Amino acid sequence: MPRPPSPSIPEKEFVYGALKQSLRLDGRAMLEMRTPTLTFGPELGWVECSLGKTRVLAQIDGKMVKPPPERPLEGMITIHSELSSMASNEYELGRPSDQEVTITRMLDKVLRRSDAVDKESLCVLAGQRVWHIRLTIHVLSDSGNMLDCACLAGIVALKHFRRPEVEVVGDEITIHHPSERAPMPLSMHHTPYCFTFAFFPDPSTPPLLDPSHLEETLSAGLLSVALNAQRELCVVQKAGGVPLAPEDVLRIMDVAVQKAKELDKIVESALQDDWAGRNVEVR
Amino acid sequence: MSSRVEILNDGGFRSDGRKQYELRDITIDLSQQGTADGSAIITHGLTQVMVTVFGPREAKMRSQTLHDRAVLNVEMSVAPFSTGERRKRSRADRRILELSAAIESTFEPVVQTSLYPRSQIDIYIHVLQQDGGLLQACINATTLALITAGVPLLDFVCAVSGGVHSTEPLLDLTTLEENDLPNLTVAVMPRTRKVTLVTMETRLHVERFRDIFELACEAGQTIHKEMKRAVKDRTVALVGAMDAGAKHPSGDPDRDLTMEDR
Repeated sequence: MPRPPSPSIPEKEFVYGALKQSLRLDGRAMLEMRTPTLTFGPELGWVECSLGKTRVLAQIDGKMVKPPPERPLEGMITIHSELSSMASNEYELGRPSDQEVTITRMLDKVLRRSDAVDKESLCVLAGQRVWHIRLTIHVLSDSGNMLDCACLAGIVALKHFRRPEVEVVGDEITIHHPSERAPMPLSMHHTPYCFTFAFFPDPSTPPLLDPSHLEETLSAGLLSVALNAQRELCVVQKAGGVPLAPEDVLRIMDVAVQKAKELDKIVESALQDDWAGRNVEVR
Repeated sequence: MSSRVEILNDGGFRSDGRKQYELRDITIDLSQQGTADGSAIITHGLTQVMVTVFGPREAKMRSQTLHDRAVLNVEMSVAPFSTGERRKRSRADRRILELSAAIESTFEPVVQTSLYPRSQIDIYIHVLQQDGGLLQACINATTLALITAGVPLLDFVCAVSGGVHSTEPLLDLTTLEENDLPNLTVAVMPRTRKVTLVTMETRLHVERFRDIFELACEAGQTIHKEMKRAVKDRTVALVGAMDAGAKHPSGDPDRDLTMEDR
């Protein structure tokens, strides 16, 4: 198995030197995110999110299933993430790489275990029928910070998705076609956003937000924080890497709080714009 | 968060009789395990983890070596009898893979890998009993096993878990508490007071996080004292044994043991 090509020594030194003076190759400030672009597809729950050249596609479908006996009152959510070799030549099929494991686990924690979606509201008939929401995440191209992009795409897709209206009379379940009755949005508790910060071996280099692919490769540690606009942390993940002073960690939390508020505004307005332009027919 | 068991009662005691900031009993066993170069068994209350370290040694797979430093290889296995419900977890379980990847990257900057180019250090973690604080026990045991193996480290890595019950921070959680409370694990390097690992998976307000995070950093120092004492005791015993075998005991046996205290 060939190793992915590492950056050359002059390239490495140049990037480190520039970052030390708080300059980034793409001209961003250290704590500036690439502005996310959200494109909605024709279907509800089909979102393409891009951060610079990183592109992720999230797609949701829901179907009725019988719930597992241990949780008769809760709907199910499953997340499938596909890191194909299309995204970058560093991925290949076979045994999941460390990065792939981290990304799938983080997606699971941010989108599912943080209780973003109210699972009890997905129950139609206790023990008989619940909604099974399947979120599929395809990474189309990776140029750094795939995790944040995938989390954003996933959460926006969940907010964008509408499930068909259901009527229960006795034991009989009627699913109304979207053309008969307006479909319902999923009931969400909160919307977590994920932010990844990169740290460098030289302690005098300040941390940076939303690393590009090159910055990610050269970094000596990543810290991912998922939080919502209400200042609630959902996931904090710094697995090893360069050691940080406790104050630095807390300072990063404050930055993330700010960024979450900004990102929340962008997402809400994008969703509103899309909804305004969408014609949902109800007879 | 509905719970049948009171996490913290009116008297300020937890379900196992501890106070809020009280850690569970720690026992450390650094005795030799088979042919391993270093080994440690650590017990935090009812959580027990055994770690064996082999190496630095020649890598089994040549292609995996790096020309300028040693490679750490962490493999973790969870005994099926370690939990209340007997269940076999495969080695490729995502949770286990994630834990071992976290441990590997925690120790990568701490172990002085550049001293052993083209070699490999194998760390095998066996989880014998689980009662909360699994990651914490794994990290502490790995530090001790690396020390007994004589692998040069920049510092100890001491991990501790913490949680928040409404607004009250708690330290060193049991499974019961872990299931009900937002919890985090912090690993600190006591000498520089820097943090190498932070993980949290449940919803918690930023202000609450600040409290428990700072508290956990403090608690790391206490764990460090325990770990250091165990390492010192072992070294004293080893030197004592060497002296008993030597024909001419060379003066004060404590002479080589003066580690600076901090």
